[in-house]
Amino acid sequence: MAKVRGAIVVDTEACKGCEVCIPVCGEDVISMSQEVNRKGYHYAYMSDPEACTGCTNCAIVCPDRAIAVYRVKVA
Amino acid sequence: MSELRLMKGNEALAEAAIRAGADAYFGYPITPQSEVIEYLMTERPEKRTGMVVLQAESEVAAINMVYGAAGTGKRVMTSSSSPGISLKMEGISYLAGAELPALIVNVVRGGPGLGTIQPSQADYYQAVKGGGHGDYHMYVLAPASVQEMADFVSDGFEMAFKYRTPVMILSDGLIGQMMEKVVLKDEQKRLTDEEICERYGDWATTGKKGRERNIITSLYLEPERMEQRVRRLMKKYERMEQEDMRYETIFCDDAEYLIVAYGSSARIAQKTVELARKKGIRVGLLRPITLFPFPTKPLNELADQVKGVLSVEMNAGQMVDDVRLAVEHKVPVEHFGRTGGIIHTPEEILEALEQKIVKDGSIRHHTTREPSLL
Amino acid sequence: MEVLDIIRPENQVFCKTGLMTDTTLTYCPGCGHGTAHNIAMEVIEELGIAEDTIGVAPVGCSVFAYDFMDVDMTQAAHGRAPAVATGISRIWPEKYVFTYQGDGDLAAIGTAETIHCCNRGENIVIIFVNNGIYGMTGGQMAPTTLPGMRTSTSPYGREIETMGSPIKMSELVANLPGTYYVTRQSVHTHKHVRKAKKAIMKAFENTRLKKGLSFVEIVSNCNSGWKMTPNDSNKWMEEHMFPYYPLGDIKVNGIIKQVA
Repeated sequence: MAKVRGAIVVDTEACKGCEVCIPVCGEDVISMSQEVNRKGYHYAYMSDPEACTGCTNCAIVCPDRAIAVYRVKVA
Repeated sequence: MSELRLMKGNEALAEAAIRAGADAYFGYPITPQSEVIEYLMTERPEKRTGMVVLQAESEVAAINMVYGAAGTGKRVMTSSSSPGISLKMEGISYLAGAELPALIVNVVRGGPGLGTIQPSQADYYQAVKGGGHGDYHMYVLAPASVQEMADFVSDGFEMAFKYRTPVMILSDGLIGQMMEKVVLKDEQKRLTDEEICERYGDWATTGKKGRERNIITSLYLEPERMEQRVRRLMKKYERMEQEDMRYETIFCDDAEYLIVAYGSSARIAQKTVELARKKGIRVGLLRPITLFPFPTKPLNELADQVKGVLSVEMNAGQMVDDVRLAVEHKVPVEHFGRTGGIIHTPEEILEALEQKIVKDGSIRHHTTREPSLL
Repeated sequence: MEVLDIIRPENQVFCKTGLMTDTTLTYCPGCGHGTAHNIAMEVIEELGIAEDTIGVAPVGCSVFAYDFMDVDMTQAAHGRAPAVATGISRIWPEKYVFTYQGDGDLAAIGTAETIHCCNRGENIVIIFVNNGIYGMTGGQMAPTTLPGMRTSTSPYGREIETMGSPIKMSELVANLPGTYYVTRQSVHTHKHVRKAKKAIMKAFENTRLKKGLSFVEIVSNCNSGWKMTPNDSNKWMEEHMFPYYPLGDIKVNGIIKQVA
């Protein structure tokens, strides 16, 4: 079975730092940043990008749809 | 015990209701007056005085709860804001038609429609000219301070029971939300059930103990009877004008120009009077405290003295109609007011006064007066 | 493989639907409304019916739904959305008409409109977001507030003797013959989001097939009103709201599956 690698791109200005994406990630990819965006929210980011499988769990649970998801098959 | 406190207008109203011996409050949340019911729910007046507080499912339900309770002779009230007051209009017409005492508070916000949540005075027509259907009026009190928000509750109930009429406190989002010192009255005891039966047993539906049944209704299918009822109501309103019309005059004794304003606009216009007089413009302020009955006579008399009148209200021009009626074309009458929830400044009012009234004050419109020596 | 290699456009598997505008959602961080909005719009996009859809926005936190949903929208007076939707749907029977309402709008002031619209079996979709509180006006008690729950008008907890019990609207409308599909969902985990989206998809399919009224309740958190963090509020919701408002299909194809 081919492996998959995924990656998420967070719109850091749209993210409101609600952290609802974190518990639904099965691979512990996401953490909240130390920096804040223009609105003062700590935004989500991939702290463990290697682990991301592009499952989209985080993106579909995000109330602001701040996350876009990418996935490729790797040999 | 009378008490001095720093309070928000809405909360002062709620506290005053408990102290005025109110028997019940029925309401529904709407900005900018949700604090009234929140305060009452937190205070638990059922423990303090036995007062009932209930959040109804809607403003329509609330006014009908008021109607039912008022029909039993109890002191009851509700509050809402503009769109919610529109919903209450059928109920208010019923209260007037059935001649029931009740207090309705409108903390006005910008409209029409869902509007804004900012203050406005655009419900004047609704409050004073009817709002609900049919030949009736409410006794309407317009507070201009947190103190009056509190005082007008007991004043309002007094009028409601004196005349057996719905009474409206026409406030606005500015007064409802602002904080000022307020002296709260001593607690007035609620009437006991026996006292209610004794005082109002001739009309209230309290259970027909030792008397014929009472009927609360506003339905009179025979036109002659209906006309009688309407005439009876109109006589009440005449009496209101003779006995309980209220207004305030500020710097009117030597005034050459007059501002008529109520509520928040009156507070702001007071500053305008100060600014104008510094510039040598002798302007006075007439503040109607009851919007119905309107201070028609005093305004009519002042029109003999001044050269022009500016009606200042946060709306597109409503009270100005009553001002024009009172002035009877003796002098020019103009309107100024911001709308949409915007609050006019003293400087803006002064500018309007200068442009619309003072400049034109030398021009006579439809008058039989002798030209004055300028 | 570098992240930069992965995030190429051809590799994208999920992004925000084109039917949600660029306007920042005015909902509090973590609020289920955002997710509910998005899955509804995703469904409409996937079905390709955006040009034939008219939504009705309520009064409440989602009063500005018309700023976020990129379909024709009408803002209705508090509680009147089902009546407004009836007006639209009756006169444009081929359109997809939906209401999007909160618990105050649908279950307090709008109870009559909700019941009669359901009773008539109007060919529309009602999306009902139930978070047991009035958010927009500052956190007052709602008809769906749980017993003992503290709100600004039940500061000592909801007391059943004076304030009544919470109303289970889904069960109530399921008992009306006019409702065809009644379901209760949530959007707080990926699994629930996928189920909720399927439910909304079914609802709009029902409209297409002229089956009558589809009622989709979405039990949601209100972390601001409940005074918790978003994740805590979702846990609280699982522990307290779901036992009272159980998730699942209540009525499918006109037949009731479970009754309260």
